[in-house]
Parts: sequence; C-alpha cells; structure tokens
Amino acid sequence: MNEMKHTISVLVENHAGVLSRISGLFSRRGFNIDSLAVGVTDDPEISRITIIVSGDEHTVEQVEKQLNKLVEVIKVKTLKKGEKLERQLVLIKLSVPLEKRSEILTIADITGASVIDISQTTMTLLLADTYPNVLRFEEITKPYGVLEEVRTGTIAIQKGSETMTFKK
Amino acid sequence: MAEKIKVSEAMVECLKAEGIKVVFGYPGAAICPFYDELYKSNIKSVLVRHEVNGGHAANGYARISGKPAVCIATSGPGATNLLTAIATAYADSIPIVCITGQVNSEQIGSDAFQEADITGSAAPFIKHTYLVKDGSMIGRIFKEAFYIAGSGRPGPVLIDVPMDVQNEMIEFSYPKSAVIRSYKPTSKGNALQVKRVIKEIKDAKKPLLCVGGGVFLSNAKKEVRELSERFDLPVVSTMMGISVFESDDERFFGMLGMHGSKTANRAVSECDVLLLVGARVGDRAISNPAIIEKNKRIIHIDIDPAEIGKNITADIPLVGDVKTVVLQILKDAPKLSHSDWISEIKGFDKQSDNKKSKEGKIDPKEFLSRLSEVMGENTHVVADVGQNQIWTATHYKMKKGRFLTSGGMGTMGYAVPAAIGAKLADEKSEVLAICGDGSFQMSFMELATAVQHGADIKVIVMKNNYLGMVREVQDKAYGGRLIAVSLEGSPDFIKLAAAYGINGVSVNDEKSMTEAFELLKKNTPCVIECVVDDFESTL
Ligand SMILES: Cc1ncc(C[n+]2csc(CCOP(=O)(O)OP(=O)(O)O)c2C)c(N)n1
Ligand SMILES: [Mg+2]
Repeated sequence: MNEMKHTISVLVENHAGVLSRISGLFSRRGFNIDSLAVGVTDDPEISRITIIVSGDEHTVEQVEKQLNKLVEVIKVKTLKKGEKLERQLVLIKLSVPLEKRSEILTIADITGASVIDISQTTMTLLLADTYPNVLRFEEITKPYGVLEEVRTGTIAIQKGSETMTFKK
Repeated sequence: MAEKIKVSEAMVECLKAEGIKVVFGYPGAAICPFYDELYKSNIKSVLVRHEVNGGHAANGYARISGKPAVCIATSGPGATNLLTAIATAYADSIPIVCITGQVNSEQIGSDAFQEADITGSAAPFIKHTYLVKDGSMIGRIFKEAFYIAGSGRPGPVLIDVPMDVQNEMIEFSYPKSAVIRSYKPTSKGNALQVKRVIKEIKDAKKPLLCVGGGVFLSNAKKEVRELSERFDLPVVSTMMGISVFESDDERFFGMLGMHGSKTANRAVSECDVLLLVGARVGDRAISNPAIIEKNKRIIHIDIDPAEIGKNITADIPLVGDVKTVVLQILKDAPKLSHSDWISEIKGFDKQSDNKKSKEGKIDPKEFLSRLSEVMGENTHVVADVGQNQIWTATHYKMKKGRFLTSGGMGTMGYAVPAAIGAKLADEKSEVLAICGDGSFQMSFMELATAVQHGADIKVIVMKNNYLGMVREVQDKAYGGRLIAVSLEGSPDFIKLAAAYGINGVSVNDEKSMTEAFELLKKNTPCVIECVVDDFESTL
C-alpha cells in the first residue's frame, strides 16, 4: 500500500466544539492523525486547522469528503507536495553546565534556533523549521541531555500567490 | 421595540413556523418550560413510554410526511435514552429534530443532577448538534436545525437547551431562511456527467438499476419509475429501497444482498452496467464490491459525495439530489428496449415450492404474502429486525404504501413506535408493524401510546419463541450451542394486548387466519400473533 503523509488544511467556523467534532471524526472513521494544529486566522470568525494524516489516496479522499460533511467546515484542501511550506515549532530544555554554553550557542547559530531562556544549569532553545530539520535538531541536541521537549503540530501554507482564504 | 417573549415560547413559535403538528416526547424538569408553552399551543404532544420510541416515532412520521419530525426528551437519562433512536435515524438518513432539556448553564460541567453531555455523546452519529448558550439565537438555531436535518443528505439534528436559557426573555423573530456559509449541499448534477450516464446506458447490453432509500429521501419515486420505463431497465432494490417499485412491477426483481432474492443477486452478477441510485452500497446489500467493480461498469448517483467511492469505485460518479438528477437524465433520455435481458432475468426465477408446515404452525412467508393480499393497497408496512424483517422484506408484496425499517442500524423495537409515527402522519392509510417476538418485547409498551393517541396500528408478531436470527447464527456457526436466545417466559401476546384494551388473534391454522384477516379490517388497533415453527429459517 502507498501509505504517505498528507497535509490537509481546513477552514472552520471558530465555534466552541468544532475541534472535538473534527478529532472525533478521525477516531470514529479510523483515520490516523500524525499531528493537528489549530489557530484563528486573520478573520476572527474563522480558524484554520492543519492536519497531517497517513494513508493511501483513497483514505485521503475520504478524509476530505468526510470533513466537508461537517456543517461547520468551510473549506478543505490537501496541499500538494512541492507546492507547500510547512513548519513545526519545537522547544527543547537542555541541561547545560557553564563550560558548554558556547557550544550550544554555536549549535543554535548553525541550526537557526534561538535561545529563549537560560539558567545556572539549563538553556531552552526554540526552533521553527521543517519536520526533517526538527528531527535533525533533536539528534544534535540529544547528547547534551534533553530535560524536556515540546513540539507543536505542523502548520502549512501554499507557496507563491496561491491562497486558501474564504471570501465573504 | 418588539415585545419580549420567553425562549420556551419562541421554541414553540419556531415549531409552528416549521409546520409541526405533532411532537413525540417524554418530559422531565429540565424541559418543563418548553412543555409549558406546548400546553398553550395546538401542537399535539404525544407521550411515548420510553424516549427511544419518541425518536423512532418521529422517524416513522418523518419518512411518511417527507419532512423533519420532532422528538423531545429531558436532560440526563431522558436525553441518553434517545441515543439509539438518533443513531438509527442517522444510519438511514432520516430527518428528525431532537430537542432536549439541559441543566442550567452555570451548572454545566459540574456533574449536576441529571446532567449528561448529550451533544458530545451523540456526535459520532448525528448530522449536527447545538448547545444553546444565548437565548437570542434560538430562532436562527431552529431554522438552521430544520434546514440541515431536511436538506442535502438528511439526518438527525439535536438542540440542547439549558433550563435557564428556556426561561430567558428575548426579542423574537423567526428567520425566513437559513444561511450557512459552510453548508451548501449540491442538488444539480454535473451536465457532462449526466451525458456520460446516458451514453453508458445506451451502450450497455445488460444494464441494471439498483434503487436505495435515497429515492424516498429525495421524493423521487415517480421519476425513478419513469427512468426504468424509458430505458426499459430491470430493477433491484436495497432493503431501504423496497416499495420504490411495486412488488409486482414487471421490471422489478426484488431485494439484493445477503438476505435478498437469488434472482436479484444473479441479475447483479450478470449485468454489465450497474446504475446505483440513492444506494450507498452497504455491506448487507453488496458484500463483495471488489468483484462487482472488476467486471462491470458502475454508475453511482448520490447526494453525498462521500458515499461515492467509499464502498465501491464508480466509473461514473454523479453527485446530486436523486430527483433533480433523474429529471436531468430524463430530459435527454432516449427510449430503449432491453426485453431480451429482462426475459433472461425472468428465467432465473425458480421459486422453491412452499414446504408443508407442521401442524399448528404457519409458514411465515406464505402468511405474509397472503396478508399483503388482504391489506389495502395504500398500507404502509414497518418491519422490525430479525428473521421477521427478512420475511417481510421478501414476501410481503408492497403496492402503493411505503416499506419502512431500520435498515442501517438494525434496531430491534423500531416497528411499533415507527408505525405509530407513520400512522399519525397519514391517518387515512393502514399501518402494519411486523415484529418478532423478541423485538415486540422491546417496545410493546407503546401499545399504550397507540391507544392513548388513537393511532390505529395493526401489529403482527411472528412468534418463534426465539431471537430467531441469532438462534440461527448459533446453530450454523457455534455448533448449535444455543445461549441467551430462548424467549421462554414471554407473555401471552393476545392477553397482553387485551390488557391494553386491544383485540388480538393467534394464528395457527386456516380458521384463525381468516379470523385475523377479518379483525384487520376493523378501524381499531389490533395484535395478531402468527405462530411459526421455533426453528424456521430466515431464507
Ligand atoms: C437493539 C438490538 N439488540 C440486539 C440486536 C441483535 N439481533 C438481531 S436480530 C435479533 C433477534 C430478533 O429476535 P425476534 O425479534 O424474535 O425476531 P426473529 O429473528 O425471531 O424473527 C437480535 C437479538 C439488534 N439487532 N438490535
Ligand atoms: Mg423471534
């Protein structure tokens, strides 16, 4: 089977309960969610949800159609490979003795991460990057002793002038 | 400034504006403000004896009236008792609007007395839900709820109204229409696809039409019959599509599927083009879609895009409302003839002879077939679930009336309450509820409702002393280890009917059958028990 990861963007009414309808749909229909990220858009009445699902073409088609059936779903679009920009955000708290601080700063510099907090024994780094780069970043920081890690789901947007907005 | 009214009064105004004449429900404290306003209205309030049956009665009413019907329950256990009826309506795409009371807004989430998250618990099998937080939205919410329930692919919608919201004072006006930017069902078919459908059928040698419940939901019985006539198409139906064609229509070959007729199934396997209309290819109808996909062309017409390609891959998908789409097809449809193909299907027909029944036992199939001859042609038939359902689906000869059953969910106990709803929606026609002895015992308390509200329904109980369909499974697949299927201890159904003041006859020979058929002619409810062999088989 052709199990691939697909990025689906969904515009929904910014109502209470919408998120639970969407997540409920995925569990009820047996679709596998890798990640889900939600936030309000420039229009405060509309939220945008980015869902990463694994499955073959048939599954993705069903996901799209079933999402469209939810009354509060305004628009559904699967963003194609090569036409999308995707980012995840990760926060990593490392155990860092004084003498290692500069090493970590170098890593941050090279990877494009930023140091957002520091204490006697720790440094907290933030990276917003593509999924593979986030994985690489994890690999690199691992030897320093990860105390805690928090990741968001992937969010995505189309390249160039293409948009997925809802005109009233 | 407009005069303010209570939200509960506004709720009744909404129902009036929707043309609601009857509601089915069961009260409790949390829904009392609403009931108190119903008291002041002309809307008939039917007290059912269990909330689930209020949902089923609304289901029967909606199918016959062709419009969303209303059921009501109180918060907590009242609302959760409705769940099975909601799932049942959802599985068959029946438009019902459920109104439930909820605990006071500020108590929500506190595990207050009789608090249950009903919008959350119904979510997986309901078209849409509302929890009303702001009383001033009530008009818009009702308008949307009725619109959503009845449009597109119909289905149940629930409105949960906290008690304090019911008592709020608001300025009220009922919107003329519902505008929901995120909900725009397609009704017209794509013109290019319509052309392709016509060409495909023209090119076919052995086309076959398969009709489903969608034909009724779209009120397209007439148009679909015309389609069959124009193209000279032989027809089979799913269980939900029974009675789209009269049973003795020369082009109709019965129900397909696991419990269907051999002729219908053979027609499906031998056709070259299968035209599915308002049928979702459920697993009971088509158990092995892969085989069908492989060696024939499939045209699939359905209003729900998600149904097309879900269970079977269509060569020509056509999304739209059945009636609209069929009319589009008919506009350009040439007259065709498939008389050879139709005679070929007729040749499949090798009726097995009726076997002789044991002394004191009645052959259920023969009984149902004879029953259909004595009933008026407009009789609506509600089949329950189990062997009785299959016997009815395959042997009761439908004429102008409607066949109703819980096809998608297979909910036992559906028949009696749905028959009450059907009867109240069409008082001029006879309504039969055909049950098993197990399923009848799941809802016979509604005989009281029928008596109380003058719903003259005729109940037929197929008595085999077993949960027959499950007994058969245990016999065939579990080495005959029968457990929890004997109905020993059941009451005498005729005496039970008498306790409700209802006449009954037990049919176990010719003479009692004649008596029963006489009783059925009277304008009163009755209960007929048909004694069949304990081990009678389904097929
Ligand atoms: C609410 C519910 N519970 C259980 C079942 C499983 N079930 C399917 S058919 C059947 C037996 C029905 O018995 P009866 O009503 O006597 O009909 P018969 O098969 O004997 O005609 C059962 C238990 C069901 N369909 N619905
Ligand atoms: Mg039985």
